[in-house]
This record gives sequence, structure tokens and C-alpha cells, in this order.
Amino acid sequence: MKFTWFHLMPWPHMPDDFREKHRSVWVDLPNRMYEPELGHIAYHQYLDQLEYAETVGFDGIGVNEHHANAYGLMPSPNIMAATLTRRTSKAALVVLGNSIALYNPPLRVAEEMAMLDVLSGGRLVAGFPVGTSMDTNYAYGTIPALTREKYAEAHDLIRKAWAADEPFAFNGRYTKLRYVNCWPKPIQRPAPPIFIPGGGSVETYDFCLDNTYSYSYLSYSGYLRAKLLMDGYWKRVAERKADESPYRAGFAQVICVADSDAEAERLYWPHVNYFYNRCLHVYPGFADAPGYRTVKTIQTGALSQFTQAAARNYPSMTWKDLVDGRYIVAGSPETVRQQMEELIKTLRVGNIFCLMHVGNMPNDKVRYSTSLFAEKVMPHLRNLWPEWKNHDDRFWMHPMNEPVPLKVAAE
Amino acid sequence: MKSRFLTLKPSSIRIQVVEAGKGRDLLYLHGAGGHMPADPLIAALATKYRVVAPLLPGYGQSTGEDELRDMLDITLHGLDVLEALKLKKPIVVGHSMGGMIAAEMAAIARTEVAKLCLLAPAGLWLDDHPIVDIFSKLPYELPGLLFHDAETGGRLLASGGDMNDPEFLKQFLVMNARRLGMAGKILFPIPDRGLGQRLQRIAARTLIVWGAEDALIPPVYGHAFKKAISKSKLVKVAKAGHAVGQEKPAAVLKAIKEFF
Repeated sequence: MKFTWFHLMPWPHMPDDFREKHRSVWVDLPNRMYEPELGHIAYHQYLDQLEYAETVGFDGIGVNEHHANAYGLMPSPNIMAATLTRRTSKAALVVLGNSIALYNPPLRVAEEMAMLDVLSGGRLVAGFPVGTSMDTNYAYGTIPALTREKYAEAHDLIRKAWAADEPFAFNGRYTKLRYVNCWPKPIQRPAPPIFIPGGGSVETYDFCLDNTYSYSYLSYSGYLRAKLLMDGYWKRVAERKADESPYRAGFAQVICVADSDAEAERLYWPHVNYFYNRCLHVYPGFADAPGYRTVKTIQTGALSQFTQAAARNYPSMTWKDLVDGRYIVAGSPETVRQQMEELIKTLRVGNIFCLMHVGNMPNDKVRYSTSLFAEKVMPHLRNLWPEWKNHDDRFWMHPMNEPVPLKVAAE
Repeated sequence: MKSRFLTLKPSSIRIQVVEAGKGRDLLYLHGAGGHMPADPLIAALATKYRVVAPLLPGYGQSTGEDELRDMLDITLHGLDVLEALKLKKPIVVGHSMGGMIAAEMAAIARTEVAKLCLLAPAGLWLDDHPIVDIFSKLPYELPGLLFHDAETGGRLLASGGDMNDPEFLKQFLVMNARRLGMAGKILFPIPDRGLGQRLQRIAARTLIVWGAEDALIPPVYGHAFKKAISKSKLVKVAKAGHAVGQEKPAAVLKAIKEFF
């Protein structure tokens, strides 16, 4: 198993009456709510937490990209990852990822990710999300019905740019470049491992299988509801006669660990409540611009994460509802171990994106929960896929063979 | 009203064409919402004209939307349709998005479009009068945006379905994704594709009609269109919203009859 400690970096200072006062955490929430001096403290605490996760033994540390929102404050995940290259030395840097349809030219992603891979000594795991509709369409103005075509073209350009050893011309519909010449190029050849966040469309299953990318389902509704979607993925894997390596798939999970189940509720409920009722409070009109999802995907009935959130009525849900419904995995180390084992086996996933900073959780609780998970849970989950020897070379980083001769900043 | 199908020679796109009435030829290009059920404007125009109303790919049973990406594709598609329909010196009427397409057609094919009627057309952007973001609106918000009398508007828009029925909801989402997905190529995120630079090329006699209570594209845009198109007249219709033709069909018919 590979465990990535993933940070969303939410704005932790939304007021108690946030839902009543604002229709959306995304797109049109006035940024007067953002206070840069408090942002300074939050950023550094968050980066410290990611660095801490490496020291307690997580395989990867993760960041992602969002825009115009208080849900996740990383418009540029690459800037965050760049700071981490200097302060960590072992963990994979899982940048999940860059919304490649948003860059003009998308070559910028190839360049910056190559920089990260070189800086980190080959520790980059690259993610290529389409991006939420809030980010891609409403905040960044991409025409919904053209988003996927743009994405596909950007993907081709990036892969070619990484693989090429000489300049070449790229005549795309959306990007025309007479000289594509990616300096630097990544240490990992021909490309870093690539993870694709997906939400249930068959096209994305095939895209992952065609390119040997890991399919990552980033859900906040837990593994019971994810089963149907992941079964669809594995069915497609079987239809395509691909091997069933669990590392072909990953799942994001909110995890809270304490000494006992009761202690977990006492410690973490306010922050879990903050996450589900403020961070996920997206105006339904921004959740899914018409044309953003393909007709085929709508016909399969897959609703977007944020449309689901709007439909689920989180305000009425209690800690017990969220725990019993397995939206969150929370409790004593033994409770969490049992549920995580069930999650990993029922979804057949080799990658877990552990969401251990939740909502407005303060630093001491984040570290407490993280250390308990690392010491008392993770070791028992390491060998759930013995036939795959806890590793699949195709879906994980390949750091440079020799340690970097210069001392990195963390040492 | 009856429907027929037409395959365009240059693009092989297959479109649905609604026809009604007798008289002089009138080409009607619908807005982002498509035709309404028993569209009151088409019905009114059909009392005087032979109304030919093609559906844009992505709407109704017209297909081929994947091949139309930008304004030039869509304008040329409109001219392909005009040619294939073999109309005799038609009055080209376009509402909202359809008005934007009609204005583009008239600016590019200056001699082919000689009579132009723009009903609250999209296509311009005035920083002081931003147009509402229609794409982020929820279905229940639409009647108030499109009609002065929201209650009547809501009845006109409703197609008798139940949004709580998952199967109906799925069909609605598919229809909406197709229609507004296509409209997004013209209107998202800002409905300006450079038409303002081309309006002065329009040689057609042009009637501009605006609902005085238009809450989506405010009437001030009517003056901007009038200023830019040389042989044009602006008529405002009282107690009408953005769907001016559907809300006040008789007034719009009267304005068209008087002008052409």
C-alpha cells in the first residue's frame, strides 16, 4: 500500500453563519473574507504538516489546484510542491494535480513539473485533473463543452514535450507552437507516474488504461458509496484484459484517529462539521456547467462530487451519521484499521490519499491524528496486497538511484 | 407547425427544421433555450409569414454540434442552412443567441441578408451593464430572468415534467447539457466574440426589438446595436422581458410587419 498525506489547505476562518450569509464557498465568495496575514500563518502550518507527514513515514505528500474559493487555497500547487522539494527527501510529491486545460500554453505544466521532478530528485507523481467545473469553467473561463478536447490536446503536448530529445512543432487546435523544447526535462523517463482524478466516466477509465495511469477517485462520501463506481472501473479493467494491480486505483478518505471512538468525536466533530458544511458548500449553479460533462457520462447517472454534496443535505448529518455511513473513517486506531482494511479491499485500491487535516482542524490535533495513524494503523495495512509486494513500479515514483550528494535543507 | 430534416452538403450536419404558416419567407433563429413548447412567437409570425425555424445542432433533433466550436464555424453553419433552405429574400429574425448569429451572418454575407430583425440579441458587452451569467442559473430562476411576468413565463417554459423524478431529471440534464453546452461555445463565459467590430459591415435594413423590462440583456444594449448598424431602427416593447417575442408575440409581429 502507498499512503499519501494529502492537504486541501482550506481557509480555516469561515464564520459560524457562513452557510446563511453566503451561497457558495467557491467562485463568487468575496475575497474580503481572506486575510493575508492569517493566510501567512495557515500556509506555513500546512506546509509544516506535510513535512511532518514525511517524518512519520507516509509514502507521499500531496497537494492540488483550485481557484477562487475558500475550500482549497492552492491556485498553484507547483509553488507548494517546490517548497516541499527543499524540505523533504524521501516522500513522493504527489501533485494531484495541474488542471492542464487551463494553462496557455500547456507546455507550462510540462516545464514546471519537470522542474519539480529535477528539484526533488525524481520524486514527482504528476496528476492531470480536468478540474472542477467551478475552477475550470466559472473561475478560469474555459468553455464547458470544449474543456475535454482542450484537456486531451494539452495531455498530448505535455507527454510529447517530456519524451522528446529535440525541438518539435506542435500544431494543435488550441495550442500552436513552432518550437516545443522542454528545458528542463524530468528525471523520470519518459514521464513521472501519472494519476488521473475521475468521477465515474467510462472515457476516463479507458484513458487511464490506454496510458497506464492510476485512476484516483477523490470522494468525500466514503467507500460504501464509492463501491459502485469503483466496481465499474474494475469491470472495465477486466473487459480490457488489463492486469488487476490495485495500484491502478486510488481513493481519498477523510480519516480521524484518537485514543478511543468517543475521544475522536470529541476532538474532531467541530472540524469535520466545518468541512462538510462550509468547505463543501457550493452553489449548485456552479457545480456542473452545462456541457462540462459528456452526455454519455450524464446518462450513466454519475453526478459530480459537488452536485452530490448539494443533494446530500450535510447540514442535517451528525457525527454518528457520517461515521456509520462511512463518509469519514474515524475512531480509535483499531476502529480505523478495521474500516480502512475494509475500504482498501472492497474498492481494491493501492493508493490512499489520507485527508487528515479536516476543515479548520488546529495544528496539534492534525499532528496527533497523523502520528496515531502512522504508528498504530498504517503498519497493519501495509501488506494487504502481498501478491503485489506492496509496490507497483508503473504507478509510483522512481527517485534517482544515488542520493543527492549535496545536503538538502531538511538534513 | 411541422418538422422536417435537412442534411447540409458542405458539413454533412443533419438538422431539424420547424415550419409553419404561409406568406413571405421568414427565417427564425432561436435563442439559447431553443424553441418553447408550442412557441408563441413562431405561432404569431406564422399568421403572416412562412416561418422556417431550423434548430441549431445540439437542439431538438439537430446533430453535429461537436464540429461547431467557434463563432466562425457557427456563422458559416447558419449561412449553409440559409442556402440549403432556398428561401426567397427572407426576413432573417434571430432572438438573443440567435440574434447574435443572425447579426454575424449579416456582417459576413452582406448581400445575402438584406432584411434583418434582431430580438434582444446577444453579442456585445458593456462593462457598465454586465449581462447576467445565464449558465450558473438554476431552472427555477429562469422564468424571472426571461419574462417580465415570471408566472406566465414559468408556465410557458414548463414542459410538464417532474424534476423529482430521476428519469425525467436525467433526460432534462442531457437535454440541458446538449443545448447549453452548444450555447456555451457562443456565449460562455462572456457573450462577446468580437461582433462589435463587425456590426458596421451590416448592410441589411435592420429592426431591433427589445423588451423594456429585459432583466437578462438590459435595453441599453439596444441603443448600442442601433448606433453600430447604419440602417436600423429600435423598437421597445412595454411590459416585456428578454423573451420579448414569446411574451408579447402580437407586438413583435406588428413591429416586423410595419418595418418590412
